[in-house]
Amino acid sequence: MTYEPKTLKVVGTRPIRHDGADKVTGRANYGADFKLPGMLWGKVLRSPHAHARIRAIDVSKAKALPGVKAVITGGDMPMPDGGVTQAGESAINTQHLAKNLMARDKVLYDGHPVAAVAAISESIAREALDLIEVDYEILPHVIDVEEAMKPDAPLLHDDLFTQNVEPKPEKPSNVAQRIFVGKGDMEKGFSEADIVIERHFTTKPVHQGYIEPQACVANFAEDGQAVVWCSSQGQFLIRDLCVNMLGMEASDLKVIPAEIGGGFGGKTTVYLEPLALVLSHKAGRPVKMTMSRGEVFRSTGPTSGCAIRAKIGALRDGTIVAAEMDLKFQAGAFPGSPVGAAVMFATAPYDIPNLSITGWDVCVNVPKIHAYRAPGAPNGAFAFESVIDELARELNVDPIDLRAKNSVAEGSKAPYGPTHGPLGGLECLSAAKNHPHYKANLGPNQGRGVASGFWINIGGQSAATVVVNRDGTIALVEGCPDIGGTRASLAMMCAEVLGIEAEKVRPSVVDTTAIAFNDVTGGSRVTFATGKAVVEATEDAVRQMRERAAKMWDIEPDSVLWRDGAAHETGGEGRSLTIAQIASKAAKTGGQIMGHASINAAGAGPSLTTHMCDVEVDRETGRVTILRYTTVQDAGKAVHPSYVEGQMQGGAAQGIGWALNEEYIHDEQGRLLNAGFLDYRMPVASDLPMIDAVSGEVPNPNHPFGVRGVGEAPIVPPLAAISNAIYDATGVRMRDLPFSPPRVLAALEEAERAKG
Amino acid sequence: MPKIHVSTTVNGDTVEFLCETQETVLDVLRNTLGLTGTKEGCGTGDCGACSVLVDGRLVCGCLMLGVEAEGKEIVTVEGIGSPDRLHPVQQKFLEDAALQCGFCTPGFIVAAKALLDSNPEPTETEIRYWLAGNLCRCTGYDKIVRAVQDAALEMKGQQA
Repeated sequence: MTYEPKTLKVVGTRPIRHDGADKVTGRANYGADFKLPGMLWGKVLRSPHAHARIRAIDVSKAKALPGVKAVITGGDMPMPDGGVTQAGESAINTQHLAKNLMARDKVLYDGHPVAAVAAISESIAREALDLIEVDYEILPHVIDVEEAMKPDAPLLHDDLFTQNVEPKPEKPSNVAQRIFVGKGDMEKGFSEADIVIERHFTTKPVHQGYIEPQACVANFAEDGQAVVWCSSQGQFLIRDLCVNMLGMEASDLKVIPAEIGGGFGGKTTVYLEPLALVLSHKAGRPVKMTMSRGEVFRSTGPTSGCAIRAKIGALRDGTIVAAEMDLKFQAGAFPGSPVGAAVMFATAPYDIPNLSITGWDVCVNVPKIHAYRAPGAPNGAFAFESVIDELARELNVDPIDLRAKNSVAEGSKAPYGPTHGPLGGLECLSAAKNHPHYKANLGPNQGRGVASGFWINIGGQSAATVVVNRDGTIALVEGCPDIGGTRASLAMMCAEVLGIEAEKVRPSVVDTTAIAFNDVTGGSRVTFATGKAVVEATEDAVRQMRERAAKMWDIEPDSVLWRDGAAHETGGEGRSLTIAQIASKAAKTGGQIMGHASINAAGAGPSLTTHMCDVEVDRETGRVTILRYTTVQDAGKAVHPSYVEGQMQGGAAQGIGWALNEEYIHDEQGRLLNAGFLDYRMPVASDLPMIDAVSGEVPNPNHPFGVRGVGEAPIVPPLAAISNAIYDATGVRMRDLPFSPPRVLAALEEAERAKG
Repeated sequence: MPKIHVSTTVNGDTVEFLCETQETVLDVLRNTLGLTGTKEGCGTGDCGACSVLVDGRLVCGCLMLGVEAEGKEIVTVEGIGSPDRLHPVQQKFLEDAALQCGFCTPGFIVAAKALLDSNPEPTETEIRYWLAGNLCRCTGYDKIVRAVQDAALEMKGQQA
């Protein structure tokens, strides 16, 4: 199914979302809103140490506390055989996941679970945790990625040998693997260059920051059948991870998706669900578990802090001839940082003939890193878009012109292999340059920065069912949690194909027993891939309705055309039948009408985006204020433009938070000091201006309406855009995130001193 | 420890409940009274997802003990708007697409209503500072601020 230009009546409009009334009145049920009769409360005891050996755990006092119904430790959790489960943009190693869910012999970070209890009230469960005695032997820890790579660094895993290096290492280390992407001849490339710039950058771990903490209810019955209610980015992934963890069969577990209160990649794994299942199994009663905000920060995936060296070589005319990068990423307690994506996409907005990009995946004593919106790409872009800005200044050319001169276009080869189809890099740069923002005047201590970003987007497996109700309305059944308006965008595509109003389609996100497997809501894939499944399922329903109409008229189906929500006879008497007229007679023409599709969608078009931002730097306090912000992004086709703008605005805001304030701060013992929203400072309404979101539309040839994913790319450029703007305002180059007031002030003072 | 008996008013109804001394108004609303529209995002008063009105004043439900509700009038998101008509703030949140995941939305609706009750014509800056106690991670606040501006205009039109 490919793109065909056509006049659209529903796609591209802005109807009210189908789940809207539930969400503005408090009716919508999120992860923690569910309860069952006889339900117990589960709580987790977590390590207070960054790295320690567990000598012994004594749970006898907790078990003896009246009201406590079950207590579990690592010994109560099975160890799976191994293997990897695909989770959208990450691959989850099941043995590592098992050890992350509950520590066995060692704790690897402050917050690592060591035991869990279920009790008749939340307060008794809390009291029980205090009665569990854990004997720890504290071990030296390491958090900084470059420190962790040193030969004498404290070792997290004594069975971890670096993969993909020659010769094969004889000693274990914290470096899990080396990843490399390259082409051309580096020596030749840099020798041709008139200008070479090489710089070093660092970033800290930052959290996804979804407002809804993880929560679930599990109910394990005596016959081995279990049900989990939880919010996640994919009920099928939760099911598969739980059954892998606990040695169950897929048909033993039904996962019912709650509404999800934000995920940004962070809810594409399990933390509580397998524990709740084991507790429920032991206690013979349903168990509810919710995380506190402190637990969310201490125990769920932040994204990597990293250290990056970026080197760029260019001719005097601005042609970039070579780029070399070395990216060291924190993986957290177990291997699996997003360094691979950083390696592939850091330079991806540009067509560079000679490339050498090396990534290192490094275990450190923080929670296992997990996916966060365009995982890895913002870190890489921070470094590369900063050296591009330096290059533009060195050459004295407009930074947008420099980017356009080197931009990828249709036919250019991506650093990671394939040849690009149509994509909107040049269109975004041109729209940015022509935007009034780019020409607006700046005052003292104000500066403007530009940066671009690339994200690949994914397709994957999606299924949809289109049920035609007897009154002509539609039940659209799908299996991807709606994290930001996809019920609306999917229903709109269904309505477009049928030729009816979006409001006549009622979309439902259903449990794991009600539709075929769907990949997670992640990779910016739902409106693209599930949208494609919805279009195919709707076309299947339309085909059936044409056949039924033909039967009712006693003519050939080929003589029936579908238009504007009705079957039309193409000759003869020119008769018409509406959906309701066909559906109300379905019992007599062959049974109820239901369209299906189950696909593995390929051809997700990549996103390209350019951001520009104006800042003002307070030289006395170091505070950076965002004065104006504009994003331009190629959405392929904005199905519901309001929610496309919303993705762009929200991604930009997250990037602004990452740039200006957000970071994990640890004490000398490796304990997280800022495990709360007061000290982990995410942007609030008064920190931000309006964010102008301009959506370009270069259709994706692999989608019937030209859709590309939009959700992730907007977080890629802000780090560099803001760093570049701070330089423009002050002449000071910030290369270590975040640009919080003390750091900016220190940099300004250092620059003053250097000037003498 | 014995539970304490509390009499209060929630969304216009007289309500009695028993609570443990350490339970918050948020705990009582969600776990005892079944009013789960009020959300817990942090439990420390930093995110505003549990915003409720107590005697007309905007408070975080997680920062007030259940026993302190004695004799008070509490309004939650479930008490804003009526069965036949959404409150203008709710309606504009829908029309302006001011929510994505929707988890922070009840808190924003309650906070925005409290703002417009006390300041019917707020400036953009006043809206942004009033709502600075409510965290949203999805929207970047742009469409939320616009929805509150539009609700203010709508409410002004209704009064005229």
